[in-house]
Amino acid sequence: MAEVGQQHPIKVYFIVWGLLFVFSIASYMVDFYEFKEHLRWFLIVVFMMLKAGFIVAVFMHMKWERPTLITAILVPPLVLLVLMYLLAFEADYAWASRIVYFGGEVEPIPLSPPSHAAVPH
Amino acid sequence: MAEAAQTNQGPLTTIVDDWSSDVTTFKAVPWGKAMMWIFLLSDTFIFTSFLVSYMAVRMTQTDAWPYPSEVFSLEAFGTPVPLLLIAIMTFILITSSGTMAMAVNMGYRKRKVAVFWLMFATAMLGLSFVGMQAFEWTKLIGDEGVKAWQNPMGAPQFGSFFFMITGFHGLHVSAGVVYLLLVAIRVLRGKYDNTSFEIVEITGLYWHFVDLVWVFIFAFFYLW
Repeated sequence: MAEVGQQHPIKVYFIVWGLLFVFSIASYMVDFYEFKEHLRWFLIVVFMMLKAGFIVAVFMHMKWERPTLITAILVPPLVLLVLMYLLAFEADYAWASRIVYFGGEVEPIPLSPPSHAAVPH
Repeated sequence: MAEAAQTNQGPLTTIVDDWSSDVTTFKAVPWGKAMMWIFLLSDTFIFTSFLVSYMAVRMTQTDAWPYPSEVFSLEAFGTPVPLLLIAIMTFILITSSGTMAMAVNMGYRKRKVAVFWLMFATAMLGLSFVGMQAFEWTKLIGDEGVKAWQNPMGAPQFGSFFFMITGFHGLHVSAGVVYLLLVAIRVLRGKYDNTSFEIVEITGLYWHFVDLVWVFIFAFFYLW
């Protein structure tokens, strides 16, 4: 059991460290230069996945683990995509119903009584 | 590695063999590390559920959703810079992830003092992150009037989700700082001299996970 440790050249860590900075700056630039709509969402997700991938693969050593551990940890979260899909699938319908029945934008519905909330600043 | 069974077989065969071996499934993985991974898996589910419910609410509410880029902008050199504090917080967390990775590396080289100082630096960066978050919360509650139940800029759910998600993440950072300091002191005292330094790696897994969650919060809450 002496060789179970995860020992790798320091260089790998420095490269990933640098990449994380680059991707963070890039995703910040997406906001700074006010990219809109689909291009914005696409770029945000791309840089997010790149950062997450490098953190998990190198910093958390997943790249060097046995496939048994990799699949046991990384496969179960995929079911969350189903949850995400279901809620996104229903979203338009829920939104439209609120507009129809509550007149959404005309008269916003307060989430709680505003009495105790309206503290002046 | 330690396992003789790991020859040139494909990953699928390895997985089937490991699960059906009738002994330890995660071979050559210290039990503490396997447990930390399983804990992090459960934590993944919690954070993802938060973010998915945030998505569902943001997609279905009919009030205006505040533009985070403007809400979280800070005045610097006389001009408002969007998401300035959040960007700094992001870089601090990435830096701390780097120092933590170095600590793990030094741990396997049994360089105790280096491990201690790198973990200490990681903890201090984490502490400054929490400090900045406290500043951010104060600004949002005091100046903008955003509460967990109200939001003068539009949808009140913005406040609920902001405080729940960043609060839960901040709690993880705070717990991580305590965890890091405890392990760092134990390393320096020589508690692990005669065993393995895998505890440093396990602590590192937790810390990298905190950074990982921030990557998703940064993308979905602040940038979206």
